[in-house]
Amino acid sequence: MAGQGQRLTVVPTVTMLAVMKARLVGATRGHALLKKKSDALTVQFRAILKNIVSTKEAMGDIMKNSSFALTEAKYVAGENIKHVVLESVQTASVKVRSRQDNVAGVKLPKFEYFSEGDTKSNDLTGLARGGQQVQKCRVAYVKAIEVLVELASLQTSFLTLDEAIKTTNRRVNALENVVKPRIENTITYIKGELDELEREDFFRLKKIQGYKKREIERQRASAIGFAEDQIAEKLSLSKGISMASAQNMLAAGAKDEDIIF
Amino acid sequence: MANKAPIRTNDSALIAMIADEDTVVGLLLAGVGNVDLRRKTNYLIVDSKTTVKQVEDTFKEFTTREDIAIVLISQYVANMIRFLVDSYNNPIPAILEIPSKDHPYDPSQDSVLSRVKYLFSAESVASDRR
Repeated sequence: MAGQGQRLTVVPTVTMLAVMKARLVGATRGHALLKKKSDALTVQFRAILKNIVSTKEAMGDIMKNSSFALTEAKYVAGENIKHVVLESVQTASVKVRSRQDNVAGVKLPKFEYFSEGDTKSNDLTGLARGGQQVQKCRVAYVKAIEVLVELASLQTSFLTLDEAIKTTNRRVNALENVVKPRIENTITYIKGELDELEREDFFRLKKIQGYKKREIERQRASAIGFAEDQIAEKLSLSKGISMASAQNMLAAGAKDEDIIF
Repeated sequence: MANKAPIRTNDSALIAMIADEDTVVGLLLAGVGNVDLRRKTNYLIVDSKTTVKQVEDTFKEFTTREDIAIVLISQYVANMIRFLVDSYNNPIPAILEIPSKDHPYDPSQDSVLSRVKYLFSAESVASDRR
């Protein structure tokens, strides 16, 4: 019994059996729930996976467009536009808000960008020439940022989900392959041990019963013998001779003198 | 990643960038640039004079700053500090590799995309077998 798999070291009693059964039920339920969670996460994960690939490819195009728009702006407004832009940086007008999404108990970060205040600092850029191109370029880049932020949140969700799925699957497997078999082994061990005890008890009772029967039999036999003796005694007494003397008479008779008729 | 960092929710976080001049100028034009009181910027322009050490330090600084939610990094810059980018796997700030004008985008070098592709192929193989 000990060599068969692992089991918990417990005292094989009925109480322990009940406890183990309760634990097995708990483990089974936990396993089912975790399995469901893992499935839910995987569904989400696949959706994100598809999204990420398409968004990454879209990002390439959009970045190309915005780069071209910048080149246009540079061509029209002159090379020194970048110095103007670099010098006029103050506070960010485009910012990111992050919040949490909850998928089956896993918190996924979600980013969304928002504009704050006016883009006043750049309004005069390229006023002399190429203003329109500069504005176009800005619009292109804002669009690019939109895509980038979306991609960032997808990517972050991807990493987080990946980790969560791994953890959940590890738990599912641990429950299925380690915890449950161990508890099952323990239960069979306790059951076997209890059966053994019962058989032992039964055998002992049988043995005692047999012993008693034999004893009774023996007593009865001796009682019967005694009673028969008594009946014989009584019979001979009523005839005037005791059983013992009747026997003696025969024994004594051998010493009698010869009778001559 | 046993001690997973809790996800911060922030109402207004910045987008940082480490990229070549053109990309940075474009993004600044869109209004993501920020200069704080100590004249610290949320962007780094990488040109031929920028050393790898500088990029490394900036990357580390951006990824530890509280007010940054996303770090955009040009792919060729990311290749310079590939070991740092690959070993980084916190959810926030998110690292995003972007194409730059002079260097065409190569999806196979992207640390995240390569994993995505790997999973995709693994999953399609698995679904075929089913």
